[in-house]
Amino acid sequence: MSQTMSKEIAILGVGMHPWGKWGKNFVEYGVAAARAALADSGVNWRDVQFVSGAATMRCGYPGYVAGATFAQALGWQGAQVNTSYAACASGSQALAAARSKILSGECEVALVVGADTTPKGFLAPQKGERPDDPDWVRFRVGITNPTYFALYARRRMEIYGDTPDDFARVKIKNAEHGFSNPNARYRKKFTAADVAASAMVADPLRLMDICATSDGGAALIVSSLDYARRIGKAKAPRVAAISTVTPTFASEVVEMPDIATDSAVAVAPHSFRAALPRKAYEEAGIGPEDVSVAEVYDLSTALELDWMEDLQLCKRGEAARLVREGATRVGGRLPVNPSGGLACFGEAVPAQALAQVCELTWQLRGQAGERQVQGARVGITANQGLFGHGSSVIVKC
Amino acid sequence: MSAKTRVAVLEGWFTLDESTPHLLGTQCASCGTYYFPKQSTFCRNPDCAGERFEEVKLSRTGKLWSFTNASYKPPEPYIAPDPFVPFSIAAVELEKERMIVLGQVVTGVSVESLKAGMEMELVLEVLSEDDTTQKLVWKWKPGSGGKR
Repeated sequence: MSQTMSKEIAILGVGMHPWGKWGKNFVEYGVAAARAALADSGVNWRDVQFVSGAATMRCGYPGYVAGATFAQALGWQGAQVNTSYAACASGSQALAAARSKILSGECEVALVVGADTTPKGFLAPQKGERPDDPDWVRFRVGITNPTYFALYARRRMEIYGDTPDDFARVKIKNAEHGFSNPNARYRKKFTAADVAASAMVADPLRLMDICATSDGGAALIVSSLDYARRIGKAKAPRVAAISTVTPTFASEVVEMPDIATDSAVAVAPHSFRAALPRKAYEEAGIGPEDVSVAEVYDLSTALELDWMEDLQLCKRGEAARLVREGATRVGGRLPVNPSGGLACFGEAVPAQALAQVCELTWQLRGQAGERQVQGARVGITANQGLFGHGSSVIVKC
Repeated sequence: MSAKTRVAVLEGWFTLDESTPHLLGTQCASCGTYYFPKQSTFCRNPDCAGERFEEVKLSRTGKLWSFTNASYKPPEPYIAPDPFVPFSIAAVELEKERMIVLGQVVTGVSVESLKAGMEMELVLEVLSEDDTTQKLVWKWKPGSGGKR
């Protein structure tokens, strides 16, 4: 036990506020999730030395300073505080901030928390005439978020021969997984006919291929391994790696919100999604063959297939075959999104990366009920935040 | 209708030469990297300290990388005709610049008639108009035959 060398931290407790369209203040979701995580951990709120919040940009000033907002709502007790923003990767950055504090010895136990209240419909840019903002420009010429998901999906069809039926299989599988998850927003099983009957949004993607936006909150109590041992939780699942890398110039694939890729005339192009788990595997000292369960960011059904290949869980072009064979469902040899994924949750931006870690924790503890992946030992998450924020976390027991 | 003033929806993003329009980018004088939209301060290639850029016309033809459509009206700042008419969208690879550029596909071309690898050519179309002004945007048109 060369504790000084270890870069691991323990996950003592996890908690969520169910996802939905509840219409309440985001603080309420975050505090409910934090209280659930505290209860799960057995740690007293007064003993938490660091509060690491994931920010939301949609709920005014309290959202920008989410760490302090949640700390105040839980009852200010003098903890150190921090707030992270990295779009969909905010939760991972908040977790990384807590890990740094713990590994540097500045604190022993920390709360990591994110929550959001989202508006209806398409996510739209800020108002005004802002031609220097790529996010404004692309909407000005008619390019929305589903455009990017659909370009990736169509590329799979053109290069690998994937079909809309393959994409529908991902939805059907995730709906089955989420059906028994008490924190999921959509708990209904679907058929291929249901998916095919939903409205076309961005060909080949239909409404049921694309995730919604939701309200929700997720929280973790994390600590040093020594602290975990002292409170009798030496066997708690551990965070073995957190990748928060940026892309490497030049971009190979056109990324939201850009209107073009980088030019690769001077340096070779790089895939961002493929790079971010590489850093996580390297840090954890394990490989994709060690993974027993994955939680990936299925903003669209087809994107789940891209992620499987980016995580090196199969070769390029083979993900659809794995889904057809049933390998990625709970009970298959490599379950993906046992929580039900974004398909069943809808995206609550600052909470989502933490929700992925909550699910892996339940899976590794054997507490996932009907969606339990038998013998899960190592889990990996992946997501990607707007403007170049990688996020991949490895949890092991 | 020719009395209306025709302007670029994004000023300086493309030429208004209606027979052979070009997107306008910049090129780093040090490493040769192209930029669209234009970059004019610091080169983003991590190995390049370049700070001088020349405005360049980008290739006006390329190969279709992928495509989709917009079945629903995009939110503001998009200005859609009423009633909304769905449009196709293309991602086109420019060989010389080694970059992929997005844009709408010309009016009337559905995704069924598109195929990855097709030659695409840049054209201009009206994106929105009022009583006095037409705002033009670049679009991709299948099949080349046009001048480079």
